[in-house]
Amino acid sequence: MKRLLKGGRVVDPANGRDGIFDILIDGDRIARVGKNLPADGAQVVEVPAGFVITPGLFDMHVHLREPGQEHKETVATGVASAVAGGFTAVACMPNTSPINDNAGVTEYILQKAAQANLARVYPIGAVSKGSNGEQLADIAELRAAGCVGISDDGRPVKTALLMRRALEYAGMFHMPVLEHCEDPSLKGEGVAHEGYHASTLGLRGIPGIAESIMVQRNIALAEMTGGAVHICHMSAATSMRAVREGKQHGARVTCEVAPHHFTLTDESLATPVSYDTNMKMNPPLRSAADRDEMLKGIVDGTVDAIATDHAPHHYDEKKMEFDLAPFGIVGLETCVSLCFDRLIHPGLIGLPRLVELLSTNPARILNVAAGALTEGAIADITVLAPDMAVTVDAARFRSKSKNTPFGGWQLKGGVAATIVGGRTVYVNDNAGGAEILR
Amino acid sequence: MITQQVVAPISKLRHKDLLGISDLTPEEILLILDTAEAMREIGERPIKKVPALRGKTVVNLFFEASTRTRTSFEIAEKRLSADTLNIAAGTSSVVKGETLVDTAMNLEAMAPDMIVVRHAYSGACHMLSRICKAGIINAGDGMHEHPTQALLDAFTIREHKKRIKGLKVAIIGDLLHSRVLRSNVQLLTKLGADVWVSGPPTLMPPGIERQGVRTTTSVDEAVEGADVVMLLRVQLERMQGSFFPSLREYFSVFGMTRERLRRAKEDVIIMHPGPMNRGVEIDSEVADGPYSVILEQVANGVAVRMAVLYLLAGGAEHETAA
Repeated sequence: MKRLLKGGRVVDPANGRDGIFDILIDGDRIARVGKNLPADGAQVVEVPAGFVITPGLFDMHVHLREPGQEHKETVATGVASAVAGGFTAVACMPNTSPINDNAGVTEYILQKAAQANLARVYPIGAVSKGSNGEQLADIAELRAAGCVGISDDGRPVKTALLMRRALEYAGMFHMPVLEHCEDPSLKGEGVAHEGYHASTLGLRGIPGIAESIMVQRNIALAEMTGGAVHICHMSAATSMRAVREGKQHGARVTCEVAPHHFTLTDESLATPVSYDTNMKMNPPLRSAADRDEMLKGIVDGTVDAIATDHAPHHYDEKKMEFDLAPFGIVGLETCVSLCFDRLIHPGLIGLPRLVELLSTNPARILNVAAGALTEGAIADITVLAPDMAVTVDAARFRSKSKNTPFGGWQLKGGVAATIVGGRTVYVNDNAGGAEILR
Repeated sequence: MITQQVVAPISKLRHKDLLGISDLTPEEILLILDTAEAMREIGERPIKKVPALRGKTVVNLFFEASTRTRTSFEIAEKRLSADTLNIAAGTSSVVKGETLVDTAMNLEAMAPDMIVVRHAYSGACHMLSRICKAGIINAGDGMHEHPTQALLDAFTIREHKKRIKGLKVAIIGDLLHSRVLRSNVQLLTKLGADVWVSGPPTLMPPGIERQGVRTTTSVDEAVEGADVVMLLRVQLERMQGSFFPSLREYFSVFGMTRERLRRAKEDVIIMHPGPMNRGVEIDSEVADGPYSVILEQVANGVAVRMAVLYLLAGGAEHETAA
């Protein structure tokens, strides 16, 4: 079956394209990209004016919770959430139960993903067995089973020595080490950003430097070993400065920022509702200066990727005292709208840069053949509706969990449709004219 | 008696709950203090009971051990003729297997009028106030606030100084972990006091100067010319957290001695919310000395809590105020 997407604005920085192009999809592949392509027996889809066609978006940091915490999310509900958020691929962190530190768990996740048959799932394996920070996991085995990177996400790699070994060893498989940067002693019992708001509310603080000091360690080790380190969910201005400097020195460091860290600040701890556990995540919402530095890094190129750190939790778990509620929020279904509303429409960045952040770069960092609308490539395509009015309604999330701080927010910009392997897997009924892509 | 009225008087509280001083206007604070004056008189009668809260049910829900505060609330409730009951829940509802929300909803089902809550975690009372129709009085939540303590402190200060505006108040001790500090800073700055806080830099709450207080690590500077010196409890476990080297060293640098107190005004008053660590934050000579009003604070606690209970659960005014 052939489909010809006609007359949409195509933004594909990997191929240097930004303009009106036709895309011919043949089966699960992109057959041709060009101007005024002939129908040639294909079903012609006139792309509604205003829609933007991009390579499939890739969220390189999600938690799918399966195996072990299926009450929060399953692979099936997670990938349903992903495609509803415009993502054709996700990389899932290994802090499941059991930990994804062996091929058995990796294969289980991939089997669930194949059954769900929506977004592609790229597992991240553990750095250390049980993510205990003591002995390296069987990384070659993880690689062979399908893992594309390693991380002890949720906790930092315990010692500098193990981090050094991980960078050296994983380098031979071209796998980056993805690190949740946090000095446990400086974090202590902290539950919110150390600053005026946490202090006034009587919440124990986590200083920004708890993150940055570990970022600096990891950059130094990346420089020494030549290994590739990827800094997850950056939140502190001092971390951004460290990455910027590390890149200047030629260290193989990349980093990601989550939408909540470029949107919200620690003021949300107090208003509009105080002690809202949907404002509790790790790293925490930081000061306005930190948030502004995240935006600056996105604009100046220091930031490589936007990733959601999608962290579903059951409402029972979030309906607790602030200290006792788990860290984390869902992010897959609000990411694109926040990017449009906070980055594109205010004029901070253009669409090609956004596609880099959400598609091209995540694929490049994880060495996955994706993130480009190249002839012959798999047809993973996202159709965006930049001007669509979106009201965030958590009750309608495909994710099993609804723990979002953005409920009721009105945002401009969203997802019109998501195409995986040439097959339309999601159409947004609220995006005018998107049905034609079904 | 108020000799210096800061703001125009009002006659009712608009709130269902008392979660913190941060929610109160200066007018409301003064209303509570003025009402407490009248309540204190009840405690001086041979029959210490009025029918103001007859038929009202008040639950004292204490998730954290407390003798002084719980007793004080209970006496206050009984003097107002409320039906009162005490629930001493475990320190952790999680250990008990029931969540705070479930505990609250079960209590709520029995339709109490007021719930007085003490909890180890900041914000627990806010959570309950969102669930319960009953009025919630915060009797101390984690490191956040202890509003009735600050109110009774203000009541005591006003009794001695006849005003709060313009007084130099020095608060010294473990500032970081203290809910008493947070409530007092809110209240005293709202009423125009010149508030100084002092303690080791390791126990200084981040950003506290944004609340309009002066910070110093020099006790002498804090005490210099002070009208009120308030000491805060220093807990033994803070040593293990390496906030300071030893209790002995803490006393030598920050302990309130008669010697240090000489820098204060001649009519300085010494306050402590209790329980005291004698020989740590306060020398016994000072605690038991002529300037100490520590036991008056305890006595005034009953009157102030009667005022809060009365204003929140009492008269018809609240019912019409929605």
